[in-house]
Amino acid sequence: MKKMKIAKTTKNNLITYLIVLFAYLAVQVLLATGNISSLMKGLLVPLCIYVMLAISLNLTVGILGELSLGHAGFMCVGAFSGAFFSKCMDGAMPDGLRFFAALLIGAAVAGIFGILIGIPVLRLKGDYLAIVTLAFGEIIKNLVNVLYIGKDKNGFHFSMKDSISLHLDPEGQVIINGAQGITGTPHDASFTIGIILIFISLLIILNLINSRDGRAIMSIRDNRIAAESIGINITKYKLMAFSISASIAGVAGVLYAHNLSTLTALPKNFGYNMSIMILVFVVLGGIGNIRGSIISAVILTLLPELLRGLSDYRMLIYAIVLIAMMLLNWSPKAIEWKEGLKRYSKKEKGVK
Amino acid sequence: MKKFNKVMSVVMASAMTAALFAGCGNADAGTQTADSAPAAEEAASETGGDTAAAGAFKIGGIGPTTGSAAVYGLAVQNAAQLAVDEINAAGGINGVPIEFKFEDDECDAEKSVNAYNTLKDWGMQMLMGTVTSGCSIAVAENTAEDNMFQLTPSGSAVDCVKYDNAFRVCFSDPNQGAASALYIGENAIASKVAVIYDSSDIYSSGIYEKFTSEAANQPFEIVSAEAFTADNKTDFSVQLQKAKDAGAELVFLPIYYTEASLILSQASTMGYSPIFFGCDGLDGILNVENFDTSLAEGVMLLTPFAADAEDELTQNFVTTYKEKFGDTPNQFAADAYDAIYAIKAAGEKAGITPDMDMNAICEAMKGAMTEITLDGLTGVGMTWDASGEPDKAPKAVQIKDGVYTAM
Repeated sequence: MKKMKIAKTTKNNLITYLIVLFAYLAVQVLLATGNISSLMKGLLVPLCIYVMLAISLNLTVGILGELSLGHAGFMCVGAFSGAFFSKCMDGAMPDGLRFFAALLIGAAVAGIFGILIGIPVLRLKGDYLAIVTLAFGEIIKNLVNVLYIGKDKNGFHFSMKDSISLHLDPEGQVIINGAQGITGTPHDASFTIGIILIFISLLIILNLINSRDGRAIMSIRDNRIAAESIGINITKYKLMAFSISASIAGVAGVLYAHNLSTLTALPKNFGYNMSIMILVFVVLGGIGNIRGSIISAVILTLLPELLRGLSDYRMLIYAIVLIAMMLLNWSPKAIEWKEGLKRYSKKEKGVK
Repeated sequence: MKKFNKVMSVVMASAMTAALFAGCGNADAGTQTADSAPAAEEAASETGGDTAAAGAFKIGGIGPTTGSAAVYGLAVQNAAQLAVDEINAAGGINGVPIEFKFEDDECDAEKSVNAYNTLKDWGMQMLMGTVTSGCSIAVAENTAEDNMFQLTPSGSAVDCVKYDNAFRVCFSDPNQGAASALYIGENAIASKVAVIYDSSDIYSSGIYEKFTSEAANQPFEIVSAEAFTADNKTDFSVQLQKAKDAGAELVFLPIYYTEASLILSQASTMGYSPIFFGCDGLDGILNVENFDTSLAEGVMLLTPFAADAEDELTQNFVTTYKEKFGDTPNQFAADAYDAIYAIKAAGEKAGITPDMDMNAICEAMKGAMTEITLDGLTGVGMTWDASGEPDKAPKAVQIKDGVYTAM
């Protein structure tokens, strides 16, 4: 019995990997045969980014059982630190190595922020994480908007006022220019890199879930008191899940920064709405269901673009589709109906 | 059996994903102007067949038509459509009509690139966009890669036109800042100047920075420079109080008119009445709802376009625009209108034909843009140089008796 159960989760994970692999191969075939529109081609990297954000948030929301409303904040931190590094090192290092280092730096910085926030907040019971992460996301966005960093031969200059007070040499370069953000980040992101990063994130998350640590994390989610009574270090495990989730979001941010040449912290891309958007991916795909997050992130990112034909009505339709999908997935009646269908098909099989 | 089900679900799921991608691919396969250089030749023949049948130039536009910046996108969309209709009625470019399509980008750089790719799938040959600076920089990266001709009506940040395929109609932010400082200094309007600007806005902080650096060479002094952000733009009493305490005779407002109207009414409540001086963002202040226009009396602004100008071109444009869209056009609309006419002028100069692919058009247009002279709404005798910057004289207007009057 026990053996079968392990086999089942392995198989389940394998399916998730295979879906990603199949999607990748399918796209590669389409690219090679030229059967793909430029819109689709442009969407490939953003899709990878949103998938990574969704699965990483699912680690916090689904596995750890804490609500985080500031996931875009971690993405923002990762994006800016990665882009900052790339801008400084552009030309000084080989492109591939620089991008790899930028990814690591983005992950590390976002992870550190995750730990910093987690240490005080994850010790508390209740919904405090949601409130604090919400504030964090907004603060980071505003902080980045008043940050001015420049570089010349004397080293780095820093200011919170404006780029004039950096007092740069004439040939100095402003790297982060307040509200104008970082412009001219090298375009390194590609679909293949995105898929590789998804694979790595999946490996980390799925292995964590199925490990001893993962079971400890889930036991905290299911019953904190029981977990505490058997000697599980609650803060440590909470912090572990939360910081891993944050650093994957940071990597997604680095990918985002290297896909567009302009990086600005607007409410649109790193604000509250974005965090909620990622949460919607997770909820729609099923809380705690990693594969579901991947699929819902893909569908919900594609939907507004595929509805472009409807011009301004698409936002309306998008909202309606979202409501309909949520109802269909999660209303008790719909679940009951699906259960009934499952039971019916099982009965059929039994007869056979 | 169970195993079979699992296998089935994998197959079905991947089939679904594939179908999603393939579906969109096939739908637009006919208009693959798309691909980058290597595939361009193949694509060219496809586009050739496509557009020759339609016999039209395909010009795309990108801008926010939903969301908080929708005002600007809609103005550009409407005015560009107006210009396209006029040109088509008059026989088009080199006798060929124009097809114009506008896509929404929600003022988001990522969405803007998506919109650009959508337009490429449609078979766009020239791009009139994008409306906002941040999006324009992101899209310029792609147009440069594809070698697509780009003319932005209102992307004013410096980096919008850093590639040689991109041009703009409006002034760049630094230009406006420097011109404002120069104007105030040369005409000796004030000796103590305060600045209130939006530090979270590219347009506003761009102008502010150049204004400050140019002010060092001018015979006036900046006594206070206070910022606000997009999250906190309803109460300006602190900034105004500081300006007042510093004894500023002139308050420079490189911001948009919505906030400026609040500043004006709050200043009048405080009993503070300096000279207010703004840039093109202040254009439209007289149309703000529930705003007492008498407060704007004496406000000076440096703008390339005033809807109340007396010349025939502006009069015609404003009347037709009002008739069609029931709204007074703002500077964005004027920029878009001029952009379409600039494309027409350059197209005629370069002798482009609709069966040329986008690379050939871009090459021809790049040269022709620097040779044309355009008498448009936003300036008489506008010329462009290879850097993509327009050369036109800024006009200063003052609000007198509720109308813009040239100074």
